[in-house]
This record gives sequence, C-alpha cells and structure tokens, in this order.
Amino acid sequence: MPGLGTSFGRGGATTTPRDLAESDCIVIMGSNFAENHPVGFKWVLKAKEKGAKVLSIDPRFTRTSALATSYTPMRSGSDIAFLGGLINYVLQNEKYFKEYVLNYTNASFIVKDTFQDTEDLEGLFSGFDADKRSYNQSLWDFERDEPVKPTGELKTLTERIAAKKLKGHPKRDETLQHPRSVFQILKKHFARYTPEMVEQICGTPKQDFIKIAETITENSGKDRTTAFCYAMGWTQHTTGTQLIRAAGILQSLLGNMGRPGGGIMALRGHSNVQGATDLSTLYNLLNGYLNTPTVKKNHDTLENYLFEETKPTGWWVNYPKYMVSLLKAMFGDAATPENQFGYDYLPKLIGNHSHYNMFEDMHKGIVKGFFALGQNPAIGGQNAKFQREALGKLDWMVVRDPFLTETATFWYKAPEVVNGEINTEDIKTEIFFFPTAVFAETDGSFTNTSRMAQWKEKAADPPGDCRSDISFTYELGKRMKELYKNSTNDRDWPIHNFTWDYEPKEEDGFKIKEPDTVAMLKEINGYYVNSGKQVEKFADLKDDGSTACGCWIYTGVFPNSETNLAASRKGDDYVSLKWGFSWPSNRHVIYNRASADPAGRPWSDRKKYVWWDGTKWTGLDVPDFVVTKAPDSKAKPDGIGMDYLSGTDPFIMNPDGVIQLYGPLADGPLPTHYEPVDAPVGNKLYPKYPHNPAAIYYKNIPHNEVHGVGNPKYPHIMTTYRVTEHHLSGAMSRWLPWLAEIMPEVFLEISPELARSLGIQNGDWVTIETARSKAEAKALVTKRMRPFHIDGKVVHQVGMPIHWGYAGIATGSASNELTAIVGDPNANIHESKAFTCNVRKGRIKEGV
Amino acid sequence: MAESKGMFVDTSYCTGCKGCQVACKEWNNLPMADHIGFTGNSYDNTEKLSAQNWRHVKFIEQFSDDRSMQRWLFMSDSCKHCQHAGCMQVCPTNAIIRTEFDTVYVDQDVCIGCRYCVAGCPFGVISMDEVSGTAKKCTLCYDRLQEGMQPACAQTCPTGAIQFGNVEELRAKAEARAQVLRKSGEQEVHIYGTEETFGGLNVFYLLLDKPEVYGLPTNGKLPSQKLGRGYVSSLIGLVGVGLAGLLTFRANRMKMLEEQKDEHFSS
Repeated sequence: MPGLGTSFGRGGATTTPRDLAESDCIVIMGSNFAENHPVGFKWVLKAKEKGAKVLSIDPRFTRTSALATSYTPMRSGSDIAFLGGLINYVLQNEKYFKEYVLNYTNASFIVKDTFQDTEDLEGLFSGFDADKRSYNQSLWDFERDEPVKPTGELKTLTERIAAKKLKGHPKRDETLQHPRSVFQILKKHFARYTPEMVEQICGTPKQDFIKIAETITENSGKDRTTAFCYAMGWTQHTTGTQLIRAAGILQSLLGNMGRPGGGIMALRGHSNVQGATDLSTLYNLLNGYLNTPTVKKNHDTLENYLFEETKPTGWWVNYPKYMVSLLKAMFGDAATPENQFGYDYLPKLIGNHSHYNMFEDMHKGIVKGFFALGQNPAIGGQNAKFQREALGKLDWMVVRDPFLTETATFWYKAPEVVNGEINTEDIKTEIFFFPTAVFAETDGSFTNTSRMAQWKEKAADPPGDCRSDISFTYELGKRMKELYKNSTNDRDWPIHNFTWDYEPKEEDGFKIKEPDTVAMLKEINGYYVNSGKQVEKFADLKDDGSTACGCWIYTGVFPNSETNLAASRKGDDYVSLKWGFSWPSNRHVIYNRASADPAGRPWSDRKKYVWWDGTKWTGLDVPDFVVTKAPDSKAKPDGIGMDYLSGTDPFIMNPDGVIQLYGPLADGPLPTHYEPVDAPVGNKLYPKYPHNPAAIYYKNIPHNEVHGVGNPKYPHIMTTYRVTEHHLSGAMSRWLPWLAEIMPEVFLEISPELARSLGIQNGDWVTIETARSKAEAKALVTKRMRPFHIDGKVVHQVGMPIHWGYAGIATGSASNELTAIVGDPNANIHESKAFTCNVRKGRIKEGV
Repeated sequence: MAESKGMFVDTSYCTGCKGCQVACKEWNNLPMADHIGFTGNSYDNTEKLSAQNWRHVKFIEQFSDDRSMQRWLFMSDSCKHCQHAGCMQVCPTNAIIRTEFDTVYVDQDVCIGCRYCVAGCPFGVISMDEVSGTAKKCTLCYDRLQEGMQPACAQTCPTGAIQFGNVEELRAKAEARAQVLRKSGEQEVHIYGTEETFGGLNVFYLLLDKPEVYGLPTNGKLPSQKLGRGYVSSLIGLVGVGLAGLLTFRANRMKMLEEQKDEHFSS
C-alpha cells in the first residue's frame, strides 16, 4: 500500500480487472493471477483474445504462465533487479513518454545537495543511522522557492493549518539535464541494472529479458498501454514496498498511469482486504487512511495532531475535515469543539503494534487476551511454532471461525504437542470458540480489488446459534456499555460515548436477527449532524463538527437516505459506473486526468477516457480532478490545497500534484536491489549491503534466526504460494469435503535436476528444514521448476503452497513452520516469498 | 425432440481451476472420495472419471529437455454424450436413454447394475456406484436443463471455457475460434468430437494438441459398426461380440493411457 501511495497518492489499485481487457500488454509478475483470482482473469483472457501480449514473469511455471503468451523465469527475491533493469532499458534507450514524464511526474524537480545515492555510498542513501537502522529523510528534500504567504482571510481550521505549513514550489529543470534533477538521479541510480546484470542476479537469460523490455516498450505510448498486475509475490519481501515503487516508476516513465488499459493492478489476497484496510484493520491507521495518533509525534492535542499530519498542498489539505468528521461519527453529540471532539480519548501508539510485535508482547505476557476473528495465526503466522507458543501464554483467547481451526485446537493438535515437546497441561490459555455465520448468512459488503464496494444480501439463517462477526462485535459493545455504565472514571468516557445504535430491523424475514448494516453504511458515508441528511460527497465534509463521517473515502456510497449505491447492479459493456460503488467518488481508473494531454485532449483516439470539453472534464469515467478546473488554470502563487496545483497536475493526492518518481520511504527515495534476509548469494550490486539496511529484525523472538548469505546448511531457495483449490490458511476450504479432495495434500514442487541430485522420486515424502523449524510434504517433481544460474552458481528453487495445517479434512505441514519473522521497514510485512531451506528425502521423525 | 444440447469445451480458456469439478459434485450431491491423497500426476486429483467424479480436469505438462518448449495443458473432461453411444447400445434394459435434449442419461430406476455399459464406453466415463449398485455418469444436469438452466459446471466456469448451448451453434463458434487460434500461430489446434468421432459428440473440445496427448481415442468407431450385417439381426450375438470387442478396445486404450502416464512421469 505505501508503495503505490508514495508514487501516486493513494494506496489502492489504480485500475480495475475489467479495464485490463483494454490493455495491449499485461505484465503479471509477483502474482499468480489465473490461480488466485480466477474470475478476474477472464478479462486478461479477453485482452489476449483481442491480441494483447500477456507476460508471465515468475520463478515457477504456473497456471498463469500456461495461459500467458510468454513465460520468463526469474529467481525469487530478485524482482527489483529485474524491474530496475527495465527502468534502465527505458531510460538508456529513450523509450520513455517524454511529454507525460515532463508534465505528470517530478522528473524535472531539483533535489537538495544533501542527497547522496546508493551509487555514491556503496549501497546506502545519505542520512542512514546504523544504530536505529533508519534514515533522516529530510536530506532527500527538493530545493524549493520561498513560499508565498496566503493573503486572504483564513476562515477554517483547515486553512489556518495549511497556511502555516505552506512550502514553496519545487525548483525545476525542464530540460531534465540538471545533475540533481530527479531524471538524472534516476538514470545514475539504475545505470548498472543492465541486461547482463539482470541475467547474473535474476538468472533470466539476457535475450529473454530484452524481449520482455521490447514488448513492454512497444506496447506503451500515446496509442498503446501496458498494465502491471501484482499480488503477494511482490509484497512479501523485506523490500516489498520498494518493489512496488519500482513498478510505479516504470509505469510512469512509460506514461501508462491513469489511462485505459494501463495502471498497476494490486490483486488483493482476499475478497475484502481492500475494505478491511480502508476501515482501519491496520494498527497504525484510522478509517480512510488517517493516521493513528502516536506518542512519538507531537500529537498531544487535536490541533497539533492535525498540524503534524495535514499536507498544506493537494487534496490532503482537507485532512482536518475528515478527522473531525470521523470523531463526530465515533462520539456523536459528546464530541464538541470544547473537548477536541473526543480526540484525547483515542488510544495513542507507543511503538510498533503490528502483528509480530503484538505476538512478541503476547509471548512476554504483556498481552493477556486475544480475539482471533477469522484469523488463523497458529499456522497462518510466520514462524508458526512461535505464534503458537505466544498463544499458549495468553490468559484467554476468543476464536471465531466456521470450523475448529488450528488456532482453536493448537493446545492438543499442534506438532510440538503431538510429539511431546510441550504438554497440553502446561498451556494455560482459556479458549472460547464461537462458530460463526458465513458470508451468505449476513448482509453487508465486500470492497474488492478495484476499490469497488458491492452489497450482498443475507440468503439464509446460519445453522444453530451461529452469529456473524458483526453481530458478535455489536453485542460485545453493548455489553461493555452496560458493564461500565456506572463508572465515573474519565478513562471510560469513550465507552460511555461511542455511538452504537445499530439495532436489528424488526422484520427481515429471518429468524436470527443481525445488526442493521445499512445504518452502518449510512454512517460510513457521512451525514449532517443537525439535519441528519446524508452527505453527498466528501468535498462537503467540514472541520467544525457540523458533519459526521465514518470513512471519508466512501462518501457518496449512500448519498441520500434511500440510495445504497453499493447495491446498484446496472452494468454496461465497459466502465459500468452504475454497478457498485468504487471509492473515491465512484472513480474506476484513478488519476484519469492523466489520460488526457496537458491541454486536456485524449493522448490518442484509441486511448481516450477522460477529457476537457471546453467547460468541464468529462468522459467514460468519473473524472479524478476538479471537474471545472481548466487545463490551462495556473497554480495560485499563494494557493493552499488544490489552489497550489495547476490544471495539468493530475495526481491531486500528492502535495505537488504529480507522480513521485523520486519519493521518500523508510528505506530510500528510490528502489534498490537488496537480497532477501535468507539469500543464496550476496548483493552483486552492493556487496557491503547484502540485505535491506532498514529491514526490521526480530532477534528476541525464539527460534527466529535468519540464514544470511550463502548459508551452506540451507542451500535452496524456497518460495511459498497459493493454489486455486484452497483459501489462505485453509480455514474455509480444508474442512469442506469437495474442496479438501481437489488438492488433498501439501506438496513441494521441485525440479527433476534437484530431485535427481537428492535421490527423490515423484511422490516421495520430503522434509524441508530452516533455522526456524521443519515441514514435510510430498515431492511433486516437475519441469515447471528449474535451477537458476546466478552469477556462475547453480541455485535450485523449490516451492510450497501455504494452505495446510493439522486440523480439518485435508491436513499437512504449514509452510509457515519454515518462515522467519522479519519486516519490510515500510509495511512490516514478512519475507515468505523468498527464503532459503534444506530439502532431504523422508519424513520428519517426530511426526507433524 | 428439441434442439440438440451440448457443451463446447474450449481448452484454450481453461485455467485448470477445478471449479467445474466442485460445482458438479455440489449440484449432483456426489460424495468426496473415501480416500483422498496426492496423485503425483501434476495437479490432477482423480486421474479419471467415475461414478463419484463426473467431471475431471486433466493436467498435461509438456516440457522438452532444455525447457525451450514448455506447455501446461488443461482439459475439463466429462461424458461426451455421443451420438453413437457405446453405453446405450449395450444396455440390456434400456436404462440408458437419449433425452429430449439429445443427451445420454442413465435412468437409475431401470439400471440393473450389469456393468455392460462400463465396458461399452470408449472413453472410460461410466462406472459403478458401489453403494447404489448402479452405473453413473454425467447427466449434463438433466434436472437443470428441464428447468431451463445450464449445467452447473458451465455456469461456474469463470473464463467461459465450458460453454453450454445448441450443438450446431457451438460447433460454429468452435470453428471460428479454431481459425483465430491457428492464425495466431497455434499449430496443433484440433476440434475433437465431430461426426467421425462416434457420430459426433454433443460435448466436444477445442484442443491445443493432438487428441492422443489428452488421452482421447483417435479411432472414433464403435466395434459394433465394424461388424457384418448378419450379426445385427442377433441381439445376443451383438452383445456378446460387441462386449468382447469393447473389452479389447478398452484394454488397448488403458494400455495407451498407461504408456502416456509413464512418459509423463519420466519427463
């Protein structure tokens, strides 16, 4: 998410599966699209039917590769080298879309002379603090003009904050020749990512790589567009965020963003991942990508918090409106200007509280209770044995799932309990299991991979006394209110005052009553506090407490009391604006102002999408721009927010209105190739820094050692993945007979070359070992796997799907027994897509 | 009779997701196998059609030694609903009938479990359900068809690889698709199931390689069609000789399949 956000302004996929049918070339890398998004894949096949190239770039020959027009192998963990190679190819051969790059990216911006590149510092950017393993990002700023102080009256909180923070416009060199221009920095940074270097690092034959580069560049430009599709194959690396940045840079240089058939399709790993993230599933985000207050910043008052978090230019100038409206939605009438709308009562972060840190705290006895709602960390969490050890230290745990998952049964079924390493008697955790309703047994919505909320209706009552998660959570809230109703402690103010009125509708024809999810969606949309009328668009939200809104990006989904646009079902033969609701403002392809040239005309007739008709922006989609802002509007010298941007600045969420080819992240302003923390070889580009210098390690977690470079005990590269037949940790598939039997056992995919050298036959049991633990699987010997020639060394790649565990009908080892807990410094995500292991013939003696 | 109904299975759109297998089992309430386990044959989980598995996705890995040629073929297989249906010809009780949709259906109330049809099917589609003691196979969702619905597998197929409809229209579609593919460089595109294959298959296929690569018989004649006219007058003779011929045919076919499997494993 920060990968896309840093480049373009929003973390969501920039396009839709449907729009892929308009592509001339679809690059599928870091995703097994056909297997894991089988329904959306039909649009890829539609594009192929129309003559598009479909390029599958993957360590394994997958079911996606089988349907692609070409397959290109590359070693797991070398993606940035591959994409960097493509960026270098585009720059060196002048294949970039010059007019687009000049106008819609920060290529011409001048960077301060305090910036130093990895090429200057042998693998580090300037400002690295080795003790903290973090960068001083202010050294990477742009040179800017002096800001012009706003002259008019500052009426609102939003305006006052913006005026105080306003920065000058960046200095530019429109010739792109200045040595400190972003363009020249890019060129220098990627100059060594040559096709030869790609071959040595990735193991991809040079001619295959060049063919890919040619195909992509031939299918990008005014008249043609290329799309990139990725999923967990790109995110699950210690360099995952920068990996997505690399794709962003490439797509921007080629002018493929905001245009039909272009963009970057982030294929989400679950039907509602996008929705869950939008509604604050992450510890550090409140609804709508507002940051959780933290003690680490000056967040002591609402005004200080807003001052810290608001960007004075671009659309995010409106941050205070969204935050105040959220607080009004949370606390209703109790939220007043006098009590800072209840801001003080929000819990503040005191550190990293991501999943791993939470489990570390659980293991230390700090976290004593845990709700696992539709989550299966006992096998779905990395270093699964540690995760189970942490669960075993809890006082209590609530597990809500349709079936008795591994998390619910670890105390008697886990491998370490079965083999006698741990006694059930020593696990003190009291476990409460609630069998849940499933998706068709409750109303609600899913927000899919293209930010589209689609409403679903309850089809049947759940069996027995099962309840949905919404029902459980609503009841829990009601009971907490009851429990604390006589408390006079100030700390219990939020429990007394959070708005919580979603009583079931009287008659819906079902026996089991569910909370009123329509009322929830109305609140998410937002309403005027005085009249109770629905807010129509987020531009109408206010920072004075007169509007309440649960999640500003969804405003418009319920524009009046009768209309639930998520439930609309009028499709057409292309964009289908009347089918569901895509945030923001029902825009399908976002940043679509960039589908027109600076003067507002479509780049080409074949690729027309949104354009200026002389008085307004119009076209096939909802324009992602101020509708009446003419292409020739100039930025106001003292403008804040959108007035700071001109009519040719399509990336309105970014403070400077353009794509950030160069943009700050925790590990640098540009992507750099580093090897995974378990790597078969060192870093060919920067030998001094084999791994991401800012990667997060968890050295205090037991049996969580990483392997480092070229560890002789663990010579092979492993990657993990999903298969079509199962879902995630299998909690919704391995218990269903018809799904269990279609992929009944866990297997290790292994090349005939490696199998021969290890004396392994197809179908044999094999044991896979890492410093973390062991797993066993059946060998699937297949030429779809291959050895890689990496810088003169033969490295074998193996692969194992993730879905199995010790409970259910189809059982087997979890791949997470093998994975380490490490973190990308931006998203804290692990590195299950590339690590090293040993493979030997035979079973684990101890049993699984 | 209404128009002939059938399916066009375009393997060039198949992603091998097995959604059709699951939809089939769910609609027809077929049980999970008694023993489930890894077959070692690519991602294939049943390896054959049977009374419990009316649909089966075949996975064929085609890789040359140096991997310069690399393909992974998928084929969603089922009963072909042949015009010259071997199973129907040998059924002594007329339990196997041709429906108003021109499909081949085993009437479970009439089937006596004699197993003739098992030997009579050149594709190995039909087999005995040990619980009911009757022969079972794909009905082309006869019950759904009667309600104006399409078969469950066709409805669930996410990419449109399984298309249900009037056979004549489907054949035209298949021809057009084959032409497009040939133009785009697919050298070995075959339409399998035209008239020369058992009089025409109502469920027919667009294949990306020769039929034998997919384990499909290339000799599209039933043994009965090769017999002299004299035998036709004798029902007993027909059954006896036909069965013997079919058994040989089936044995040969199984041998061929085994050989292919061996080849697969060695590749």
